[in-house]
Amino acid sequence: MKPSAGLHFKTYLLIFLMVIFGPLGNVLLGKGMRSIGAVSIGTPAEALNVLFRVLTSSTIWLGIGSLIIFFGANMLVLSWADYSYVQPASSVAYGMSALMAHFLLREAVTPMRWMGVLIICLGVLVVGYTPPRTTEPS
Amino acid sequence: MLIFILYFLIICAGTGGELCVSRAMKAVGEVKDFRPAALVGVVARALRVSWMWAGLTLMATAFFSLLAVLSRQNVSLVVPVTALSYGAGALGGKFFLGEQVTPRRWAGVLLVCVGVALVIVGRR
Repeated sequence: MKPSAGLHFKTYLLIFLMVIFGPLGNVLLGKGMRSIGAVSIGTPAEALNVLFRVLTSSTIWLGIGSLIIFFGANMLVLSWADYSYVQPASSVAYGMSALMAHFLLREAVTPMRWMGVLIICLGVLVVGYTPPRTTEPS
Repeated sequence: MLIFILYFLIICAGTGGELCVSRAMKAVGEVKDFRPAALVGVVARALRVSWMWAGLTLMATAFFSLLAVLSRQNVSLVVPVTALSYGAGALGGKFFLGEQVTPRRWAGVLLVCVGVALVIVGRR
């Protein structure tokens, strides 16, 4: 089956949303959790304390909001495209996460790690040349 | 040791959750109407599929594991490492969802895994 241009367009649009809001959500969660500090959940009281601090952090809620947008786009695209296409294609988000972590959180990213991110993106390009759907809809 | 368990949960529960959600969304059918009311209907239909609930439970497990790891390690390490789920995802797509994973797609997944390995090695 030859996929239509429309199918490609809406697939790329939703993957674009995933690539922006997934990393943004992770960076916001990272920022929020860094402000909370290393969590310890050895006892129920500690677990409740961590949960309270997580649920009262506005940064974490912004991160959750971004991830909900990511999740919505992910759900929609999975209604027509193969999982094994969407998952690698959305891995551009990993490069975006490294960029956002470097520029927004000022994390040190080593040259080898940048190389790894580049190779991940190369893998994405290879996957991008395969059709979004290889099975007939049921 | 705790950090490895948390990474394991992020990768396995996350991948398992996405596979379940994917299976549920295939059961719901292709979304062609993007108006808000229609999208609410899609969500309502999806929530009636048991695979969706299994997927949401697994993804919630992965989410809280991710929060715990992010409290200890940098985003620029944690997020790329979670890409190890790609191998598991392609296998799951093939064997759990019956998708035809082409050799080229396998090659892409392999490159992604090599990239992840470099990210891990290049942590210092």
